[in-house]
Amino acid sequence: MTRSGVLAAALASAALTGCQGAQSAFDPAGVEAERVLTLFWIMLAGGAAIWIVVIGISYYAVKGKSGPYSDRSGIRLIVWGGCVFPVVVLAGLLWWGLTMMQELRRAADGPTIAVSAERFWWRVAYAVDGEPGVIRNLPRGGVPSANEIWIPLGKRTEILLSSPDVIHSFWVPPLAGKIDAIPGRVNRLVLEPTSPGVFNGACAEYCGTAHTYMGFRVVVVPQAEFEAYVASQALPAAVVDGPGAGLFLQNGCAACHTVRGTPADGAVGPDLTHVASRRTIAAGVLPTTVENFAAFIRSTEHLKPGVEMPGFGMLPDEEITAIAKWLGTLE
Amino acid sequence: MQVFGKTQDNLWTLVAAPTIWGFHFLFSYFLAAYRCAPNDDVFRNIGGTRMAISGVTAVCLLLILLIARRAWREWRADGGGYSNNQDTPEARERFLEFSTLLLAALSFAAVVFETLPVLVFWDCR
Repeated sequence: MTRSGVLAAALASAALTGCQGAQSAFDPAGVEAERVLTLFWIMLAGGAAIWIVVIGISYYAVKGKSGPYSDRSGIRLIVWGGCVFPVVVLAGLLWWGLTMMQELRRAADGPTIAVSAERFWWRVAYAVDGEPGVIRNLPRGGVPSANEIWIPLGKRTEILLSSPDVIHSFWVPPLAGKIDAIPGRVNRLVLEPTSPGVFNGACAEYCGTAHTYMGFRVVVVPQAEFEAYVASQALPAAVVDGPGAGLFLQNGCAACHTVRGTPADGAVGPDLTHVASRRTIAAGVLPTTVENFAAFIRSTEHLKPGVEMPGFGMLPDEEITAIAKWLGTLE
Repeated sequence: MQVFGKTQDNLWTLVAAPTIWGFHFLFSYFLAAYRCAPNDDVFRNIGGTRMAISGVTAVCLLLILLIARRAWREWRADGGGYSNNQDTPEARERFLEFSTLLLAALSFAAVVFETLPVLVFWDCR
């Protein structure tokens, strides 16, 4: 193989690996994502075919024929190629898309999970009552969590989506298409995963400085495991003794964060009752480790520019470490 | 006003079909949005809304067809033709008639497209 051949093969394989993975719409693990991918390939093939025909006609016009064209043939090309063909193709695509949408949005047979997209994280509530109550805002109650959504495999889980501030968009590319979270309105998305795993989700509508740092994880597990997870999240925190809990309360963390089982009951930021059981902190920014808790408390703005939480770099290092260690026990 | 034994075309006859399209668009979207607000029961049947939109669609399509028919007849009676580079009342008339015909065709397709969801969705999904 020549050197340029090797280079081309290396580039192609690098490009193809970009299509795999936890955040790729080309690697579907859900019913809706599979349909979206089929639609994409058909649109791509159709677009390529039309492009080839247009280039062919252009080539013919420039090289193939000399002399003027008759008015009649020109008009015929415009009427059939420019009017009738697009109308028929668009009508077909519209009909196909509508019937697909109707099928994908049929009623869920799994749990209902409320997700509130907030600048710049995701408030999650399991086991909410999806019925009435869902007017103008998300249902109250449920089991609170944040930035990680567990859903059962093979079930149709209903996500009720809203926002208290600006428009966000909820997108888990391997599972389904995206849908906006709009203040004052509840949007509905049904996720039907076909294989287990951990998938990346993102905010897909620019919502402010930290928009790119507004990620989350979706964990797809069998039904029994899902139920056990929600039951464990419903329990209060397993608080261990040590200086961390006291420092957490003393330094005002509780004004924004809740740790059920302690006096901390703030509702501004993510619920931290089981924060150490989640895969990431700061909405998908860092893996959950004690070191990262400490780093984030010390310099939030550095690790997540635009975040609403102020940095607590003025605290002595030993206090930050104690709080981070305590957070690391909240599983 | 009759000129050359036919209706004289002007900008109003030209925009009549797109105006009907605009009315149909606003009517369908406002009615469906009003019926489904505040989106708390997406599986509620909206049969009445679908019937109303279907009825208005039929009327709109009929009006657009009448506009297209008139433009077509007068354009053909005038001798048809697509070159409109003369500064004469006849050329202007022919240009307006042919443009009206094309806009009516576009509006017809658009109104049909706007109505397709009504055939597929029977609730607020």
